[in-house]
Amino acid sequence: MPYLPTIGLEIHVELSTGSKLFCGCPVSFGGEPNSRCCPVCTSVPGTLPVLNRAAVQYAIKAGLALNCEIGLFSKFDRKNYFYPDLPKAYQISQFDLPFCLDGYVDIELNGEQKRIRIERIHLEEDAGKLVHDGLDKYSLADYNRCGVPLIEIVTKPDIASAQEAKAFVEKVRLCLLYAGVSDCKMEEGSMRVDVNTSVRPVGTDELGTRTEMKNLNSIRSIVRCIESETARQASVLDSGGRVVQETRRWDDNKGESRAMRSKENAHDYRYFPEPDIIPAEFTQEQIEALRASLPKMPHERYLEYTGKMGLPGSDANQILESVALADIFEDAAAISANPRTSASLIIVEILRRLNDMGLSPEQIPFDGAALGKLVKMMDERQITANNAKKVLTLMFETKDSPDKIAKDNGFAVISDVAGIKSVVSDILKQNEKAVGEYLAGNAKTFGFLMGQCVGALSGRADPQVVRAVLQELLQKGQD
Amino acid sequence: MAALDMTKLTIKSAHDLLAKKEIGAVELTEAFLDRITAVDSDVCAYLTVCAELALKQAGEAQKAIDAGSGGMLCGIPVSIKDNICIEGVRTTCASKMLENFIPPYTATAAGRVMDAGAVVLGKVNMDEFAMGGSTETSYYKKTKNPHDLSRVPGGSSGGSAASVAANLALGSLGSDTGGSIRQPAAFCGVVGLKPTYGLVSRYGLVAFASSLDQIGPVAKTVEDSAILLDVIGGKDQYDGTSIEVPETSYAASVNAGVKGLKIGIPRQYLASGLDEAVKSAVLNAVREYEALGAVAEEFDMPSLKHAVPAYYLISSAEASSNLSRYDGIKYGFRADGCESYGELVSKTRAQGFGREVKRRILLGTYALASGYYDAYYKKALQIRTLIRREFERAFEKYDVLISPTTPTTAYKIGENIQNPLTMYLADIYTVAVNIAGLPAISVPCGADENKLPIGLSVIGRPFGEADILKTAAALERALCG
Ligand SMILES: [Zn+2]
Repeated sequence: MPYLPTIGLEIHVELSTGSKLFCGCPVSFGGEPNSRCCPVCTSVPGTLPVLNRAAVQYAIKAGLALNCEIGLFSKFDRKNYFYPDLPKAYQISQFDLPFCLDGYVDIELNGEQKRIRIERIHLEEDAGKLVHDGLDKYSLADYNRCGVPLIEIVTKPDIASAQEAKAFVEKVRLCLLYAGVSDCKMEEGSMRVDVNTSVRPVGTDELGTRTEMKNLNSIRSIVRCIESETARQASVLDSGGRVVQETRRWDDNKGESRAMRSKENAHDYRYFPEPDIIPAEFTQEQIEALRASLPKMPHERYLEYTGKMGLPGSDANQILESVALADIFEDAAAISANPRTSASLIIVEILRRLNDMGLSPEQIPFDGAALGKLVKMMDERQITANNAKKVLTLMFETKDSPDKIAKDNGFAVISDVAGIKSVVSDILKQNEKAVGEYLAGNAKTFGFLMGQCVGALSGRADPQVVRAVLQELLQKGQD
Repeated sequence: MAALDMTKLTIKSAHDLLAKKEIGAVELTEAFLDRITAVDSDVCAYLTVCAELALKQAGEAQKAIDAGSGGMLCGIPVSIKDNICIEGVRTTCASKMLENFIPPYTATAAGRVMDAGAVVLGKVNMDEFAMGGSTETSYYKKTKNPHDLSRVPGGSSGGSAASVAANLALGSLGSDTGGSIRQPAAFCGVVGLKPTYGLVSRYGLVAFASSLDQIGPVAKTVEDSAILLDVIGGKDQYDGTSIEVPETSYAASVNAGVKGLKIGIPRQYLASGLDEAVKSAVLNAVREYEALGAVAEEFDMPSLKHAVPAYYLISSAEASSNLSRYDGIKYGFRADGCESYGELVSKTRAQGFGREVKRRILLGTYALASGYYDAYYKKALQIRTLIRREFERAFEKYDVLISPTTPTTAYKIGENIQNPLTMYLADIYTVAVNIAGLPAISVPCGADENKLPIGLSVIGRPFGEADILKTAAALERALCG
């Protein structure tokens, strides 16, 4: 029997605030175990959480970037459970009054738009992690991650395929990158996805029993996990079985999942309002100020790039992959008034160099204005396309402006015809034999002479001008 | 003329003598350490005596005094309740669970007292995790009432009140969640003040019930408690619930007098269950106030009858969460011979907590459980709102409210400990103040036929500490002359 999956996602995103949610400890990846902790985040008796205002602003910005309504009155709650990586034995989270509600993201798949609704986004603290000795003798706790600010984005069960899930996660990731609230590095765990999947026979409306797959940390594993779980549930149902509501663990190496624990219906987190943090109240004006502080979102930029700037959709998407590239592109296009050349330099030349050097777009050592200047120099024929590439290479090595690099390295185009004429006439004198052959009617020698001229000018002259001068002087010799 | 017994001084009089160089700070501290050695084996107020630290602090205080830079607390020996952290000093909360816990940091209130030059003599006994009203639930020892060693000092800040009443400290910091400063102050015949919620930082106070807990002073006189409050009060960046208040001198407010003051007496607080001697002492205090030019009248606060159950639900619910961190993993007691995390947690907690603490944790866990939350915890929060509103209405009409601090005077050790319900009901006059976050002070207002002290409570508006201090001080002057 054919089945349709219904998928809901919970996405945990680490906010890129400088410090943790309730203390001054730094937030960063890796580090010696328990080197980024203090009495507050390790819950030494008597300590109190002090709310990091920046994290609240980031959470609200994330909500605005994902089209949410922002609650003017929000509060924190305690989620109580015992686990050794949770030193307070409760997590400070948000239960019934989160910062953000009722958002959505529009995804595009095979040319069709679909709206995926977001139920809520709340702010909470991360827990630590346990390091097991592998022999079941002991486990060690690392509290570095305790108190790291996370937002949890909860979707409605609007996703109907692995590809939709992929498109949604990619879009959310991009929006959050543009909002500047997270680096969204899935490989470093700053974005983790829980997938809830159920299947129902085609033609029915009633949702099936769902399972939950926790902590997926790559798009690839999300896709594979949904495909595998959909197939698994279908085969359970086809063989007359029942899908059990449970949490399963996805093994990306084996490409399969196994049951972790069945949903203990008795598990009661005993949520209650966090008494140590006073509720947050905002005015509409404060929310609007945050909205105004957000940069343009990627879908808006896409429309601009493919509209009046005239880029192909694939180029626009490639640039939009990175906020740094998009910003460089927009500045370069504005300065040069030539978006297409700016885009092609970025996509062909800059991305290749980044790849060769193993750098990320954030590490590009020059800004969009410098790139725009280079494009302008090309358009004004101050430099040839070939030498522009050499300048670009040097722009990764020095801090100099493109015109200084061109000048220092003799890349600048020789634009005075008199100068070109003197070089060309020298060449003709040195190659009397070839000139003679040309004049005798062997047109092929023109190419040779042209090559000699371009070589002598070391690419600094516009080939069209050189060609014209060469023709002119040869013509004179003929006369 | 007999030699001056420096332990009988007040903070104010000791400060004056220190300032005039008639006594020295080290000498003063030594006098207290000597008296602790001599007397505390009977009173049992201290859990930890920090003689070395105290003498070092006294030496530094003397230098400040000599340099002319010492304030009111400079060189003043105090005791600190054992749920308030001091870096490097064992802080047990009178529980086996924290027998070996040495905090890596200092509570804001304790730090402010020490920064002001006060000398910390040691950490004093309390009910385990501040849960109790007699200091009998301490895992370590039973503190005695200095007025009658067969009786309880009250609790949970029993060590604070007993240490001050027995001249084992000039003042003390206690904590008050449902009367834990005021009730022992009343039982021991000293002054105890519970500040407005948010006036004093809770940072470093081991949490019992976070929305109710406040640190406050215990002292021999109203003026002394004002001197301590001046130092510990004020916004703290480490406590998000602490509140910025305008700079005031509480000590300067104690002599303001009560002429024209409007006093309300909740009728519910004079109803049945109140010991006759206590009632007559309270009514006598009312007459004193009227004689001083204040106007007093009874009024109704019907919500008060719900205060005790609401208090036990809210405080136990919060405690069940606050005390979950004691799992044997990070600090404190850890049970031996456990095979799994689950076993470690349950054995550690079964062996590390006393009966009363377990009772509250179970009560609170139950009150928060899904299916019961609405009937218990949520209802208690509704009562909290109701009580707050009734207080707000009362303060539209009155400047301060007065009531007995306790229904009886100090009872015998062991008399009530087997009957928790009796103990809980004895909190009737104190818990509503915590529920509403108001300031209140207990000041001695007489004694019963056994010469046991009786306390009068004065309750103020939020941040009305100056009002309750001047009201309490007026009675103190009227009764002591
Ligand atoms: Zn920290």
